Amino acid sequence: MASSQRSKYSRGEDVELPELGARGWLRWFWRQLTSMRTALLLLLLLAAAAIPGSIYPQRTADPNGVAQFLDNNAQLGKFLDALQLFDVYTSTWFSAIYILLFFSLIGCVFPRTRVHFDALRAAPPAAPKIFSRMPAHATFKSRRAGLIDMAATVLRKQRYRVVVTGNSVSAERGYLRETGNLIFHLSLIGVLIAVGVGGGLSYSGQRVLVEGETFVDNLTGYDSISPGAFFNESQLVPFKVTLDRFAASFDLKNRTNIGTPLDFKATVTSQVGQDGKPATSVIRVNEPLSLPHANVYLTGNGYAPQITIRDAQGNITFSGATAFLPQDANYTSLGVIKVPDAKTQFGLISFFYPTAAKLSTGALTSQFPAPVNPLLTANVYVGDLGLNSGVPQNVYSLDIKKMKQVAGPTSPIKGLRLAIGQTVKLPGTLGTMTFDGLKRFASLDISYNPGEGWILFFALSALGGLIMSLLIPRRRVWVRKVDGGFEVAALARGDDPTLEKVIEELANEIRQAEND
Amino acid sequence: MTSVTLNEGLSQISLAFVFIAMAIYTVSFLLFTGHLARRASKDVAVSKRAFNIERIAMTLLIVGSVSHGIGVVLRGIAASRVPWANMYEFSISGSFVIVAIFILSLFFVTDIRIIAVLVNAFVLLVLGAATTSFYVQVKTLMPALQSYWLVIHVTVAVLATSFFNIAAALAVAYLFKTSGWFASRKGKLAGLIRRILDVFPKENRIEKLSYRFNIIGFILWTFTLIAGAIWAERAWHRYWGWDTKEVWTFIIWTIYAGYLHANATRGWSGRRSAWLSLVGFAAVIFNFTIVNLFFKGLHVYSGLK
Repeated sequence: MASSQRSKYSRGEDVELPELGARGWLRWFWRQLTSMRTALLLLLLLAAAAIPGSIYPQRTADPNGVAQFLDNNAQLGKFLDALQLFDVYTSTWFSAIYILLFFSLIGCVFPRTRVHFDALRAAPPAAPKIFSRMPAHATFKSRRAGLIDMAATVLRKQRYRVVVTGNSVSAERGYLRETGNLIFHLSLIGVLIAVGVGGGLSYSGQRVLVEGETFVDNLTGYDSISPGAFFNESQLVPFKVTLDRFAASFDLKNRTNIGTPLDFKATVTSQVGQDGKPATSVIRVNEPLSLPHANVYLTGNGYAPQITIRDAQGNITFSGATAFLPQDANYTSLGVIKVPDAKTQFGLISFFYPTAAKLSTGALTSQFPAPVNPLLTANVYVGDLGLNSGVPQNVYSLDIKKMKQVAGPTSPIKGLRLAIGQTVKLPGTLGTMTFDGLKRFASLDISYNPGEGWILFFALSALGGLIMSLLIPRRRVWVRKVDGGFEVAALARGDDPTLEKVIEELANEIRQAEND
Repeated sequence: MTSVTLNEGLSQISLAFVFIAMAIYTVSFLLFTGHLARRASKDVAVSKRAFNIERIAMTLLIVGSVSHGIGVVLRGIAASRVPWANMYEFSISGSFVIVAIFILSLFFVTDIRIIAVLVNAFVLLVLGAATTSFYVQVKTLMPALQSYWLVIHVTVAVLATSFFNIAAALAVAYLFKTSGWFASRKGKLAGLIRRILDVFPKENRIEKLSYRFNIIGFILWTFTLIAGAIWAERAWHRYWGWDTKEVWTFIIWTIYAGYLHANATRGWSGRRSAWLSLVGFAAVIFNFTIVNLFFKGLHVYSGLK
């Protein structure tokens, strides 16, 4: 915050007082805090404090990165974690800096608002005694009478605030410069409040939907949800979204661009409330679906092979489309299937290759992200799936510590391989597995932040205020009649690139008015 | 967007135009340095003739920028989209805008032509890095980039960078000019440098010019930040998430906010402000190079492996 009273502090008028007392110290502290130098140092400190958050993974932006870092560097990780370096932007030290900065800002802006309010109603200050002391000044010849009135008229036309006293004119313009400055700083307070309140009331949840599946907006409908501090489940509007179709197109035409995604398109049917009319819409990466108090975003996609597993008697023990997580740009995908209802519990770790091809090493790979030559492989593990323990389990991973591989590289039976429509026999008496078909899934993010509109409003008003405060010149101009002509002087408050020119032009106008 | 025709052949032609621009820029850079050396000459006749050299250098800079501009446009046509979707394209487009803004500024403030040598050198460095290290074949836009915000957000970011760049060049001139080290040093080289520095406008003038370019840059950067947040809300379902690129955009904004405050603080205007302007621009470069290439984040658009 630009403080016009900076000289007050450098002279140290408070320092010489021998008995400051608690109150005196408080006042001293407040003045230090709200001084321009402090604001400047806090800004630079804030910039420096933000750096570590770009070096170390952050829990909010990259939770997996943090877990990985802690795995790889347990000792160092513990130390960094104690310093809150994985949560920089919510850490005590980062918060302390910006809270101090905002106190400094408030302590400077509010008094200045009052000063400015008074200045807006005050008359421009009287002409200085010696014009040549002003940063820009000039003397012009003229014999005409009524010069001062003419100067006042010209200045009024140029939207100066004008006061005539005796043989001189005082004029001032550009009050909007300070108005803009105050709007800018007050808007920043607005942004901070809107960010805080909006963040508290917001929520963001994730859900993976396979084609044909429906998401219902209640807490159990989400795979994961991160609510703000004041979030209440009753905020969720009862709506449902069905993924009708997911289409992905990849470039096959341009040689340098083969396999690059061109478009992801989720066609959904949504219905608000029990009696709402179902509506069909399309969600793309940059085109979320807006529902009351929720936006539905497309954040990821992949394949969901449809698999049926039957036991030796032919009873179905597993059936459905399972989302496989893509591992590379060509959608080599990894999925896990757990079969708890069979006589012997077993699970599969399975890879899906949309366009399967063999590497020279013999390993399989996918060459293209679209399903040109789809192939499914699976290793089979027998043993306790851990599903009876009651502890929630990750559906995308299989804990094989207590399980035994019965089909795969380390067992006598090789891993399974299936093309679409094929059925293979599972090891021992586990039964059979059929690769029925292929669906796609979409990862949706459903989130809402009621503060967003306000944040945007304050951000734009800050921008407007900033433009005003930096580009509107604020200046005082004085004109005085002297023997055989008149004198003009100008003083800029803040940077003003055209001060000299202003004087020239003003003198010309006064003289032109003379000739009329 | 389901079908796009890319033209790598045309992209190679674009690259040729960029190389031609680099060759012309190199010549104009040498002429600009020659001009400064001659202007510093004690021989008045030599010093006067230097203006002709400057005129030729400036003409070459403009000719180079035309070839540069053609290179940028052809790259855009080759890719059927705006030519700033990866690091190579951002480098050639961004450096073109720097030259263009510099040339346009000459019409308004003639005395910045003296820093042409610095702007010219910077643009050559950027193009050198772009053509040797960042070049990638033309690619289509990934779905996250398919948005009109790519045009708005990036254009304004490039403009802001150009203004910061010119301001930083002026800050360098200011720091040299106000350095006590050159003023007190004995010897031929120090004498030459002193005479070169005499050619530059007065300290106050350079400081003010630098400030004016920085405030335009700061306004544009503020807009970049807001536009980025609006786009992030559409594409990444949150307006701000402290992604590494967002962090650095914030850091740069804060440094320049500090710079503006420094200009109004006694004891901080002048050299300290000039240093802050340089630190700010260093952060801009860091954001574009190191953060793009080595930091993990959502803005992984360099196209390099």
